[in-house]
Amino acid sequence: MIKAPAIIGLLSGLVVNVAIGMTPWATALAGDNSTLLPVIPPALEGEQCVEPTEVMRRDHMRFLLHQRDETVHSGIRGAKHSLVGCIACHAQSDAAGAAIPVNAEGQFCESCHGFAGVSMDCFECHASVPARQQALGTLPRWMSSPAVAVAHTSARGAD
Amino acid sequence: MGGARKSLAEQSRRHFLAKAGAAAAVGLAAGVRFMDFPKARAATGAVTDNQRWGMLIDANKCADGCTACVQACNDEHGIQSHGNASTDAQWIRKVRLRDKAGGRESTLPLMCQHCEEPPCVDVCPTGASFRRADGIVLVDKHSCIGCRYCMLACPYKARSFVHENLSDQKPWSPRGKGTVESCNLCVHRLDENRGRIPACAERCEREGHRAIVFGDLNDPASPVAKAMREQQSEELRADFGLNTGIRYQNI
Repeated sequence: MIKAPAIIGLLSGLVVNVAIGMTPWATALAGDNSTLLPVIPPALEGEQCVEPTEVMRRDHMRFLLHQRDETVHSGIRGAKHSLVGCIACHAQSDAAGAAIPVNAEGQFCESCHGFAGVSMDCFECHASVPARQQALGTLPRWMSSPAVAVAHTSARGAD
Repeated sequence: MGGARKSLAEQSRRHFLAKAGAAAAVGLAAGVRFMDFPKARAATGAVTDNQRWGMLIDANKCADGCTACVQACNDEHGIQSHGNASTDAQWIRKVRLRDKAGGRESTLPLMCQHCEEPPCVDVCPTGASFRRADGIVLVDKHSCIGCRYCMLACPYKARSFVHENLSDQKPWSPRGKGTVESCNLCVHRLDENRGRIPACAERCEREGHRAIVFGDLNDPASPVAKAMREQQSEELRADFGLNTGIRYQNI
């Protein structure tokens, strides 16, 4: 049978543990982003995403799911919720100017997905660097930078 | 007095009906089309069965030993060898036919025949294999589970399974391990609506062979429809009754 002092000791230990465990969270939430919260690299192009940031954070997977079915089955290209469009703006470049994959550690997609522990299957099939890094001569119109720019401009217009 | 009021009301009712009729007539003349569908498609609109994409391949013009179309396909879709010829992906393969009696030989490129009644679609357990409205047979790799029933069902051996992890895929041609794939008639080019033809046909023409004529089988003015109207052509294994979109000559 467990005695009362043992229970009190156990509980106080728990409280201390929780308090210590919470400290980095508290500092991170207070604005010190050097600790736990993901550091999301800023977009390279444009001021405004195709939807407000809060909407994108919560619903980007729904937008992508909806548009992928329309593209694969109905051949509708160049709509604004495009994975290619995400990568065109959000992939960073290294010092030599080569694109860094968006799913590499600390990059745009991975920074949040790694933090939340949610795996991404997208890049097992899809390219993770911008289309403009590929051969420009064969670039389809709906993938080139101007198309992405048009998508973003029209999104801004709609706002 | 009552009668005068009635006739006034009657008059205005007639007036209204006449106006409404005229408006309806104008509306019909200006905007309503019953049988006239536009041929071209906006890039933002869905594909329709107004078009059916197809090819006519002339085996006489297909040079023995030339693999330009296969190379063009590999370049366009980022298909690379993983050192095992028996499992490497292959969207087009060059096939040699030999007439047993006469001994005449011919070569031709063999790829997905884009059947109107595709056996691969019939057997797919997840609906990943499907035929697009404009006749292109595709795999939706988001729902493909890699069971490979379609590969067994295809009488043309046109499909491949990806056995290895891939990297550096082309943005316009997503491919990945564990899914089945085959010729997609360079659907990313067709969806642009800029008149670009599939990579194999383009390369064959550039090499000067002009063995592959590509176009819309439903458009009487397209080169492929014209050629098929004027010259003999055939399906491979027409006895299956699949009504293929790829036709051959001189085999």
